Amino acid sequence: MPSAVLEAEGLTKRYGGVEALRGANFQVFAGEVVALIGDNGAGKSTLVKCLSGAEQPDGGRILLDGQVVRMTSPIEARRLGVETVYQDLAVAPDLDPAANLFLGRELFRHGIAGRLGMLDRKAMKSQAAEHFARLGVVLPRADVPIGTLSGGQRQTVAVARSVMWASKVVFMDEPTAALGVVQRERVLDVIRRVRDQGIAVVLISHNMPEVLSVADRIEVLRLGKRVARLASDATLEQLVGAMTGALNTEDDAA
Amino acid sequence: MSVAETIEIPERTRWQRISGVSTLWIGVVLVLLYAGFSIWKPNAFPTRFTLQTLLIETSVLLVLSIGMTFVIITSGIDLSVGMVLIFAGVVGSKTMEWLSPGGDASHAGWGIIAIGLVVSIAGGGLWGLINGVLVARAKIPPLIVTLGSFGAALGAAQLITGGVDTRTVPDNLRNSLGFGTLLGGVPDLVVVALVVTLFGAWLLHTTRFGRYTYAIGSNAEAARRSGIGVTRHLILVYLMTGLLAGLAGFMNLAYFGTTTIAGHGTDNLDAIAGVVIGGTSLFGGAGTVVGTVIGVFIPSVLRKGFVIAGVPVFWQPIAVSIVLVAAVWFDQARRKARDRK
Repeated sequence: MPSAVLEAEGLTKRYGGVEALRGANFQVFAGEVVALIGDNGAGKSTLVKCLSGAEQPDGGRILLDGQVVRMTSPIEARRLGVETVYQDLAVAPDLDPAANLFLGRELFRHGIAGRLGMLDRKAMKSQAAEHFARLGVVLPRADVPIGTLSGGQRQTVAVARSVMWASKVVFMDEPTAALGVVQRERVLDVIRRVRDQGIAVVLISHNMPEVLSVADRIEVLRLGKRVARLASDATLEQLVGAMTGALNTEDDAA
Repeated sequence: MSVAETIEIPERTRWQRISGVSTLWIGVVLVLLYAGFSIWKPNAFPTRFTLQTLLIETSVLLVLSIGMTFVIITSGIDLSVGMVLIFAGVVGSKTMEWLSPGGDASHAGWGIIAIGLVVSIAGGGLWGLINGVLVARAKIPPLIVTLGSFGAALGAAQLITGGVDTRTVPDNLRNSLGFGTLLGGVPDLVVVALVVTLFGAWLLHTTRFGRYTYAIGSNAEAARRSGIGVTRHLILVYLMTGLLAGLAGFMNLAYFGTTTIAGHGTDNLDAIAGVVIGGTSLFGGAGTVVGTVIGVFIPSVLRKGFVIAGVPVFWQPIAVSIVLVAAVWFDQARRKARDRK
């Protein structure tokens, strides 16, 4: 059985008097979409923050490709190959899609122009076009501010950005929450293509139909612990049952 | 819907990208204004002398406005530029006087002038650094920080001079930077402003520094998450504006031959107006150097035209204000039409 790309073992995290995570476990494998679901307050956000470097757990271990890691910041996590796509504020609206794709990782021109800091816009544009084509990101125009494109198109660019840099794991925190139905499908298509590239995708979502449509596996969190692991053929009743505590298929030692 | 998305639309040319649609319109406005005044006063307005004085009078403000462009694109603001200009002129001239025998800098040589220049620019940079650190690290709103440095810089200048303008400025400086010309008639002041403008355009439109300026103004949080050092960048932007205000202070000293402590009170608003008329949005993320240049010249041309045409002086601020508000209104309408939720 292949080992998990990213694994959490017994994570605990306390915020003042509140125990957000009480020995949470989690696994995601390469080339799959795992949906992380749970009711409000279950600890999803905290778990994701710990796994992506935005927070440090108080206890437990995080393993990346089987090695114990301590990700002290999201930038550190990115260096290790863990990326996050946020629900909002994911892109800079006044910059064009290629500029957003390369945000923070711009390409410089060769020679002295590059050392002075001049950007190679042409190269970035053409690489962006390639990357978009590979992931099925379709944009009407690539040279306009991304704020003029629809929310779905913006999010597909944000998703494309997260996989551009040979990541191992991409966390998507409710990426379609603000989108309409057609736009949501577009983003999900891109997510599927990302998975097909061999990247491990973790999807946090409150949208059960969306979860059932795109996830290969589902892990359910409740009160800071994992309570169920379900396959993509789970029913809505099973999902809701696990989230509310009616269904518990994990024993406490797992 | 999917059909519309696959239509090939030609890419914009580099010129289109740099100047943008709104810049075209204010460019047209500037040309129309110039043409209008030329028709109104054909003997006085479209002359070489008028053009020269127009360029000279706008040079110092243009230098301030280049820095202001960067600041406003980051969705910040800098109200202190006029007073930092004065402070820089004060410390520069005081240094030159101090280094001269008898405290009389009139006959100072190029070495002392060079030191004066460095001190002026550094003096401006000092306030720029203070502004930048307070905005970026202490996270105090730029409006408040620069309002504070506006008062403090002027106060410091007044403390240093006792409220009295410098009386001796090196003749060499006045004759070169102040009144001198290069290449058959281009005033030195204008050359300096042109060099600063070209540098600003290069920095903003071709380098990573420029792109980060736009990114931070557009969405500082997304920029931060992408690993961009937002704090450091903001400090650098305000520092640059301070350094440019320092240079402007030295230019001002050369032109007027004195520190003009009582003046420059509205330089900040003039610079902001120029930048905004030029199409830079106060909400950050958009703007061009070409736009700023045009935007700074529109009030200048208006003022010069009114003076030559004999229009009562009190109409000038009204006319400039109308142009400013109209420009912001137009920009907002354009943004609303462009952005989608």
